[in-house]
Amino acid sequence: MIEGILIGLQTALSFKNLLMVMIGCFSGTIIGMLPGLGPMTAIALMIPITYGFDPSTGLILMAGVYYGAVFGGSTSSILINAPGVPGTVATSFDGYPMAQQGKAGKALAIAAYSSFAGGTISAIFLLIAAPSLSLVSLSFRSPDYFGLMILGLTAVAAFSSKGNFLKAMMMVVLGLMLASVGQDTLSDIPRFTFDNMNLSDGISFVLVVMATFAMSEALTIIFKANDPTKAAKQISLSQLGSIKLDKDETKKMVTTIPRSSVLGFIIGVLPGAGATIASFLAYGMERNFVNDEEKQKFGKGSVNGIAAPETANNAACSGSFVPLLTLGIPGSGTTAVMLGALLGFGIQPGPRLYQTNPEIFWSVIMSMYIGMVVLLILNLPLIPYIARVLATPRTFLIPLILFFSLTGVYLMSFNNFDIYMMIGIAVVATILRLYDFPMPPLILAFVLGGLMEENLRRSLLISDGSWSFMWDRPLTIVIMLTIIFIVGWQIYKSFFKKKL
Amino acid sequence: MFNNLKKLISLVFATVLLTSISSTSFAVDKLHFIIGGGAGGGWDGTARGTGEALTKAGFLKSASYENMSGGGGGKALSYIINSKPEGTVLVQSTPLVLRSITRHKGYVKGSGVLSYKDVKPIAGVIGDYGAIAVAKNSPYKNFKDVVDAYKKNPKSVKMAGGSVRGSMDHLIGALAFQEAGANPNDVVYVPYDAGGKALAGLLSGETQILSTGLGEVMGARDQVRIIGITAPKRVGDAPEVPTLKEQGYDVQFVNWRGFFAPKSMPSSDVKKIEKMLGDVQKTPEWEAVRKRNAWVNIYNPGRKFDSFLKGQTKEMTKLMKKLGVI
Repeated sequence: MIEGILIGLQTALSFKNLLMVMIGCFSGTIIGMLPGLGPMTAIALMIPITYGFDPSTGLILMAGVYYGAVFGGSTSSILINAPGVPGTVATSFDGYPMAQQGKAGKALAIAAYSSFAGGTISAIFLLIAAPSLSLVSLSFRSPDYFGLMILGLTAVAAFSSKGNFLKAMMMVVLGLMLASVGQDTLSDIPRFTFDNMNLSDGISFVLVVMATFAMSEALTIIFKANDPTKAAKQISLSQLGSIKLDKDETKKMVTTIPRSSVLGFIIGVLPGAGATIASFLAYGMERNFVNDEEKQKFGKGSVNGIAAPETANNAACSGSFVPLLTLGIPGSGTTAVMLGALLGFGIQPGPRLYQTNPEIFWSVIMSMYIGMVVLLILNLPLIPYIARVLATPRTFLIPLILFFSLTGVYLMSFNNFDIYMMIGIAVVATILRLYDFPMPPLILAFVLGGLMEENLRRSLLISDGSWSFMWDRPLTIVIMLTIIFIVGWQIYKSFFKKKL
Repeated sequence: MFNNLKKLISLVFATVLLTSISSTSFAVDKLHFIIGGGAGGGWDGTARGTGEALTKAGFLKSASYENMSGGGGGKALSYIINSKPEGTVLVQSTPLVLRSITRHKGYVKGSGVLSYKDVKPIAGVIGDYGAIAVAKNSPYKNFKDVVDAYKKNPKSVKMAGGSVRGSMDHLIGALAFQEAGANPNDVVYVPYDAGGKALAGLLSGETQILSTGLGEVMGARDQVRIIGITAPKRVGDAPEVPTLKEQGYDVQFVNWRGFFAPKSMPSSDVKKIEKMLGDVQKTPEWEAVRKRNAWVNIYNPGRKFDSFLKGQTKEMTKLMKKLGVI
């Protein structure tokens, strides 16, 4: 392993590769920051550029773009509540309120430190555990995945704190409905496609995120023209405030970061779950861990509420490289694009990559450390300058958001129909937003819905229709008990409080 | 005299013009590939890989690509059929046959179904055999063990595959069980939405056998044991892997990938592309592309390809009726 690390360092520290890390991180940050352009689009745009590179250089560039985009995505989540990256949706829950309180610099600093810590800690995990971790993730079966999805949905409770529980649940149902459009993944039967070929592959996740976040946010700003928050928003964009953290905030982060890194990394390693699910789970988990006083602040600018998802989504990025590099299984949509690029380089990621191409395996891991340092520099001292990208007047910003979301979606599919559907969803989402319906539960349900159904049905198929799969294996029992505990705890607490 | 000279000059011009026209219409030096799926998929890799080899080896001056996803490839197919673009070929594979049979949404147009008959088959270029694999620590050493276990208790053998019921992965396993005298409809097939996930399912122990393409499991041979492939004889890249045929189950199935032209393309052009696709397979440029993708060459041109498609349609229709998917 030492030998591998040395080979990796040697490759990663070559001038060309260092340059690639910097270019990747920089362009990733910019692209991730712009609402409408996520890591998938960013990496897809890099594929033609990297043709002719040697595989490690190409992969290093793309990895840089990937975590750069996740880093940069948090900036737009915090400053304008328009996450460029699905993985940073959860960051906007507390980051945006904090920015509106005039503490944008602080929120950005918390996000940058957490991302750095999450990325670095999990890169160490990756280094130590990559060869053996594939075994852990392989012992997960469909019932366990099903349990994990339910666990993810319990995080909905976190969004219903404003007494909007009913509205949040309605959005969950809407999200599940949207997820059921398209070909059923088990039997190939089209559902809710209205005989329209464009719907038969389902609604793209990027499209729904862009429509319900970037676009509807921009449209809502127009409708709420006389909204008093407008002034605050303009201030928060041009004057970011101090980026210094006080002792209390540092203390909060020190407790949050380790547990969120571990959670994020594990979720990232699991095939099928990625940075998005990790950030939602970490947010939900953090809310259950903190004391009541802090819990009240969730959704209103909590330090923990920013640190947890930011740590977890970066940790999940590193984690998702484990199944990609050791098994050739993409852990997320983004790593799926990278898998395609790797195959284009003539590299078959899989259990044997570790032996056949150790220099690729190790140099990517080593370049992550370099990338994290580059990103910390980009995102802390330089953030006021880079964030100028966002400090564009509203009259420019809104058309820009609309432009990038539309082109971003179009670049993924080259399908006009997607544009119409996106506008339609955005209009509905805008109306819902104006009536205070929360969007995050919809996204969460949309992500988890399809996976949950698939894993449930597969579990039932394997157990010949018996529900005993829920308690047949220790791992499943542990997950199910965790869910019961979390839900039970919430119910118990609400009763307890009423008595007081 | 003067008039004659005029006639002569115009004749010369006409000849020059005519030859220049015919040379542009007969030399295929540019090809546009329509890909019915997104970037990074199997069709995408086949089109881009083939285009790369064709240009690098000097058969083409340039190749361009266009991804047109939707309807499981049906959108691209109907585009080729209806718009009849010039100098354009479509990449397709076994699903073209299967989806026509199952009347897959994207392949249904009005009351009819789009199939390979609506386009001109040029050639099948590469193929992948079906494979049945078990985990390294599985008690099953060969396909007979699996069949025996199945006959004892049909529920004890769960078969994983990387796609829906009625897909290629399902059919490969079903064919093998049918040949072994079992009712393929009684075999529990557990669908996953990607080959990699199905492999993970097998390794986690929730399924006992995996039925998929050989290319899908080649890279995982240190974790799985391939107990049978649907090839007529053992393949060069994996000489230790037995065929189902040598174990007494005469199952042959090849997942082909090939190219199709719109009906409007002149036959002479189709012939030229067909020949080009065959000749390129002898070049080192192709070999480089083939090797890194672990493809198996199955050059299957023109009429042979056409009758192969006819045969596959017939065989698969029969099997799918038995499976109850149509």
